[in-house]
Amino acid sequence: MTARQVMEVPLVVLRTGVADQRAKRLRRSSRSLERLIGVIALLSIWQVAAWLGWITPDILAGPLNVLGTAWDLLVDGTLAGAVCASLQRVVIGLAIGIPVGVGLAVWSGLSRTGENLVDSPMQMIRFLPVIALQPLFLLWFGIGNEAKIALISFGVVFPVYINTSVAIRTIDPRNLELAKTIGLTRWATIRRVVLTAVTPAFLVGLRMAVAISWLILVFAEQINAREGVGALVIKAQTFFLTDVIVVCLGVYAVLGLLSDFGVRLLERKVLQWQPGR
Amino acid sequence: MATREIDLIDTLNDELSAELDRNSDSKTVESGIATDVREVRRVFGDRVVLDGINLKLHRGEFVALLGRSGSGKTTLLRALAGLDTGVTGTILVPEQRSVVFQDPRLLPWAKVLDNVVLGLKGDEHRRHGEEVLAEVGLAGHESDWPKTLSGGEAQRVSLARALVRQPDLLLLDEPFGALDALTRIRMHTLLQRLCSRYTPAVLLVTHDVDEALLLADRVLVLTEGEISLDLPVTIPSPRLRGDSTFIALRSRLLAELGVDEVAEGDHERNPS
Repeated sequence: MTARQVMEVPLVVLRTGVADQRAKRLRRSSRSLERLIGVIALLSIWQVAAWLGWITPDILAGPLNVLGTAWDLLVDGTLAGAVCASLQRVVIGLAIGIPVGVGLAVWSGLSRTGENLVDSPMQMIRFLPVIALQPLFLLWFGIGNEAKIALISFGVVFPVYINTSVAIRTIDPRNLELAKTIGLTRWATIRRVVLTAVTPAFLVGLRMAVAISWLILVFAEQINAREGVGALVIKAQTFFLTDVIVVCLGVYAVLGLLSDFGVRLLERKVLQWQPGR
Repeated sequence: MATREIDLIDTLNDELSAELDRNSDSKTVESGIATDVREVRRVFGDRVVLDGINLKLHRGEFVALLGRSGSGKTTLLRALAGLDTGVTGTILVPEQRSVVFQDPRLLPWAKVLDNVVLGLKGDEHRRHGEEVLAEVGLAGHESDWPKTLSGGEAQRVSLARALVRQPDLLLLDEPFGALDALTRIRMHTLLQRLCSRYTPAVLLVTHDVDEALLLADRVLVLTEGEISLDLPVTIPSPRLRGDSTFIALRSRLLAELGVDEVAEGDHERNPS
């Protein structure tokens, strides 16, 4: 090789020391402040519109009015009773639907027969809009709580099934090989390797299931319900009590947020092992 | 894919134990033999990867298997590990055997000690697991998550996982291939010490001639599906790369592997 030729290379200055933690935190706090201001502004406009009579209470009650009603409903126990009835439906529905979804996913993910028997029907049925099944469920289970719980159970099976079964099928085969070389039994392999490996995907499915369960609940309990948040809404609608309706909407939102927060908390606890956590 | 793999676990275990039974009935094994491979063939499509392999490992013997990439080394190891159902021929292996793969294959959701004693029940095994972890220099890391380990540490955990089962046959599939040179030297010393303590028969698959000569009692070279060289290594310990016997054996092995030492060495020294 000949002697290396020396050439001028233009150099650029890289920015350093810019993104320090303090600046980042400051930016974040100012951002959340701006968001808060946005929400307050919206509420203020709504309240002012109510005061000025632009929006009458039979169309939409004002925020302060809603707040007062919320307090009344809270104090006289109406809200607690309604929330309990609704929560019970969702919890029982999830308690039935989730194990069914996981069970079907494990069966279809781990055995050829299971896959053939389970997966195609599941893939077909999942395109049915769940709420369209309400009339049939009413015929099968009557107009009581059972139909509502059954509809929720049915609806949550699919997100759990889809997420879990796909994850089982795409499990790292190297881990299964390992299980074999150290002589794990089939059951131990399922428990220690397969189920743990699919936990992240299952939790994604669970989050979707929880969201869907509230959606189905809202729909199901506005038909023929004697108790629960949905029943309260329908009763309020009859008397143009828009303040009660808005309170109920708020309750739905809070319940949905809380349950999602619960799943995320669970995620953080169970998935500590994941890289990047 | 998972379906197939898991279905395989069952069928293979059955087949394997059936075969082991048959073999123990019909064939006698010489005493002191830890592994006996007879006329093992493996064909992928119309490519013959293993073409009638015969191989005996004695108890406590450390054998290195060299070969160019694609020579079938890993295929042979996987056959001995019971991970390949497509092989034909007879394979007699001890019931207790462990594999260390090139990647540590630690379950990310199990802490270090749980990975080591995976599938073993009882406090006794956990205590033993802690002991072996200490032996590989990882005492105090029992409840770490695998994600916090370096590559060398993870591979030592996987070595501990293999040894805690007290295998009569230890299969190593390029276990140090992904490690840096310094870590690799440490792992060689560690492996030597552990093998002299646990005395399993060892089959080390590697493409590193020096590694083979440093560790093995016997070096095999696999060429196009056949064992083309079976070379006892008689270098007294401690083995040093500068030793004249070492250098002679090294040249011999490189030649067998089809590497022209002079030409390639020159090339290495003067990259242009």
